[in-house]
Amino acid sequence: MSLEEIRNFSIVAHIDHGKSTLADRILEVTQTLSAREMREQVLDSMELERERGITIKAQAVRVRWKGHQLNLIDTPGHVDFTYEVSRALQACEGALLVVDAAQGIEAQTLANAYLALENDLEIVPLVNKIDLPQADPAGTAVELGELVAEDPERVLRISAKTGQGVEDVLDAVVDRIPAPAGDPDAAARALVFDSSYDQYRGVVAFVRVVDGSFSTREPLRAMAAGTRFEAEELGFFSPDRSPTPTLVAGEVGYVVTGLKDVSRLRVGDTITSEARPAEQPLPGYKDVKPTVFAGLYPTDSDDYPELRDALEKLKLNDAALFYEPETSQALGFGFRCGFLGLLHMEIVRERLEREFDLDLLVTAPTVAYRVTRPGGEVVEVHSPSDFPREAERVEEPYIRASTIVPKEFVGSVMELDNERRGRFHHMEYLSETRVLLAYDLPLAEVVYGYYDQLKSRTKGYASFDYDVIGFQDADLVRVDIMLAGDSVDALSVIVHRDGAYARARELVDRLREEIPRQLFDVPVQAAIGSRVIARETIKAKRKDVLAKCYGGDITRKRKLLERQKRGKKRMKQVGTVEVPQEAFLAVLNLDGSEKRS
Amino acid sequence: MTGVRHLYVHLPFCAHRCGYCDFVTVVGRKGEHAGYVDSVLAELELERGRLAGAVDTVFLGGGTPTFTEWDALARLLEALPRAAEVTAEANPETVTSEMAALLAQNGVNRVSLGAQTFNTALLDVLERRADPDAVRRAFHRLRDAGIANISLDLVYGIPGQRPADLERDLDAAIALEPEHISCYELEAKPGTRFTHAHADELRQQAESMEGYFERVVERLRAAGFRWYETANFCRPGRESRHNLGYWEGRDYLGLGIGAVSTVAAARWRNTPRLAAYARALAAGEPPPREVEPLDVETKAKERLMLALRLDRAVDLDGVPGVWDADGAARLEGLGLAVRVGNSLRLTPRGRLLGGAATVELLA
Repeated sequence: MSLEEIRNFSIVAHIDHGKSTLADRILEVTQTLSAREMREQVLDSMELERERGITIKAQAVRVRWKGHQLNLIDTPGHVDFTYEVSRALQACEGALLVVDAAQGIEAQTLANAYLALENDLEIVPLVNKIDLPQADPAGTAVELGELVAEDPERVLRISAKTGQGVEDVLDAVVDRIPAPAGDPDAAARALVFDSSYDQYRGVVAFVRVVDGSFSTREPLRAMAAGTRFEAEELGFFSPDRSPTPTLVAGEVGYVVTGLKDVSRLRVGDTITSEARPAEQPLPGYKDVKPTVFAGLYPTDSDDYPELRDALEKLKLNDAALFYEPETSQALGFGFRCGFLGLLHMEIVRERLEREFDLDLLVTAPTVAYRVTRPGGEVVEVHSPSDFPREAERVEEPYIRASTIVPKEFVGSVMELDNERRGRFHHMEYLSETRVLLAYDLPLAEVVYGYYDQLKSRTKGYASFDYDVIGFQDADLVRVDIMLAGDSVDALSVIVHRDGAYARARELVDRLREEIPRQLFDVPVQAAIGSRVIARETIKAKRKDVLAKCYGGDITRKRKLLERQKRGKKRMKQVGTVEVPQEAFLAVLNLDGSEKRS
Repeated sequence: MTGVRHLYVHLPFCAHRCGYCDFVTVVGRKGEHAGYVDSVLAELELERGRLAGAVDTVFLGGGTPTFTEWDALARLLEALPRAAEVTAEANPETVTSEMAALLAQNGVNRVSLGAQTFNTALLDVLERRADPDAVRRAFHRLRDAGIANISLDLVYGIPGQRPADLERDLDAAIALEPEHISCYELEAKPGTRFTHAHADELRQQAESMEGYFERVVERLRAAGFRWYETANFCRPGRESRHNLGYWEGRDYLGLGIGAVSTVAAARWRNTPRLAAYARALAAGEPPPREVEPLDVETKAKERLMLALRLDRAVDLDGVPGVWDADGAARLEGLGLAVRVGNSLRLTPRGRLLGGAATVELLA
């Protein structure tokens, strides 16, 4: 196949604007899959993706259309996976930018459009869901045309659901998106834009061949990681795995590597031939660093080995996941884990619970702080327990948050961002009714209950996206929680000095509600250093008897006491206080948005 | 083998089933009482071999034993073995002078009278048919018939019961000068009609009720009663000998539907179904039973759990392997128990927290 007959493209969209439906329809229209074989969202293969309606792992599928080979590269749609999206986009020459005709442009529409432009992609704008009664195809087309500097007339109007206009989309891919430029005779180079782990075949890399060609059984090398391996199998997805003897410049496909660890072949790396290596890797490789950290503990401490094995397995498929062993006095053995963002954290947690059947306790998420110790040493702190009492200087990560809302909610969003220590950056009317609001915010303020607040204060109309913009000085303190004088390490939090009291109050109140009364009074205190800033007392029980106990009751009462004894043994011991797992869960699930009645 | 010295007989019949009740009861069915007594006596014959030559106590529980048809009840009392203590439970409204005489003349020397409360409104809440004066009348009729050992049952924590109501109930009970008082917190079992109907009140008074038990203990002790078991108070020497049998871990035989027996390494419970019970015994068979084997450790655990209910020291050497030394130390540290060697006694506060203390002490 000559380069002229190949088109590589992605579909980018805000969540729920119909990206996956359009992908499904393309498979159907090109007869890659018969209607009988169609399942909704064929490309989202994980159970979790299907359920949440989001795409976690990018995938590529090859279809044929009017004598052309089209490679559709599916991208994840969420802010946490920006780097994966950018690599997937780099594998393309063009992108379909999908906007819901009823919703208009949203935050991730913007973020994705900018990413596509940065990667010099030809953007084909299209308005989807024109069949909806509340759709405004004309208005949305104007908004979208303005965003990508395109005549609104050239904005395609389709319904992926009914199939209306989907053939025009495929024609536009052929007509508007350039064929790949690459040198088939140069030293081979392929961009890894995603990878997955197969239990039997090891790491499978998804690649875009830029120059040269690759053959089965050829010895290969990852240029950034230096990993050597052999192309055990080459192929493409259609949408099932279809082996092929070679992959040539311009093509998209997969390489079965046999590697046992995804971290040895990271997204963004360049694969070249061992026999005739390229001199320069492809640009843009980046070592993605986690931004959000939390402790993960098994609810039942006997499950620790299972949790360790599960993390090992997940890590095979998720190079961005970071974990190291951590021990908590209150929660026992667990792991401190790093994630790309909150959604990533949520997904990892759900996969651990669902695919590995583990019950987990997750501590309050923290960001990575940069702490300068007296003496000048700079350390990165991921956990409240490592946060030093004394520091020369503390810096925290900041983000630029872009929020798009109907104009009547601008005030609410500004109020929220101001409460969260945000600094106004700029505001822009995208249309008469919709406003883009940009704020600089500490990332720490966003990991703690921000989304829920944003959702409730804007009645769900806000869309949100962010970029990490660097570190800034911060006045932060560590608040410790003590039960009967013993500190509960798992409940320590790092907060801004101004918010310390409110957070302390909240933690202390919730603990008082959640910890069952003991045989003695239990003071619950929150302290900064040795200074107590909030205090409550869990009053001792005054009565605990089984009223009647005669001949017919003995078995039942004995069993009741035995059950209580077992429950007691399951409790976590903090000094002299017994704390049920549920109490920790309730406190750790405190996300700042919960209102107590 | 010395034989069982404690005999329980279950008489399930009641005029009406009270909302909070969870005993095996059968409403009405006057025509069936005689047949039921035949069955019980048949069961007694089957089991007689287990009884000691001299039985120490007999206890007629219910249901409402005094609701049973007279002839049937008289026939039963007649046929039961003589014993040092023969108790019958009675509901006030069933205690006529004639009934009191019938009991006294047939060997009953102790009556446990279900007063529950002396407050008319609260009796309504409990769906009891007696009025407060009926309790007093019944009490005096029993005395007049010569019953020298009377116990009153009181219930606290009734939905709507205020602290002042409890004080008045205790006043009224003490004023009757009974030999014995049993005092229970109302058990509002989740899922029952009663609990559902009173959910709001029960929730609202949960906090103030914390103190009710303390108050009961305080008042009754001040009035000269001994707090000899978690929920039981007596004048000196007037413990329920039958119930002490349970708490001291001795064997007992139970006759009748739903009755439980514990003999050596086994506990069994008769079927709660009247027809199945009667059918088996009519055929000369023992009634259908659920049997629970009791191993040495379980028996030791039960002895510990039961002994902790009494106002005596527990000999920990007598229950090896089932108690936890750290737990014992914690109880001592918290002032809930006093230990001398391996003899452990709960303090008064420890007894108010007896359930939790037992859990703490169990291995």
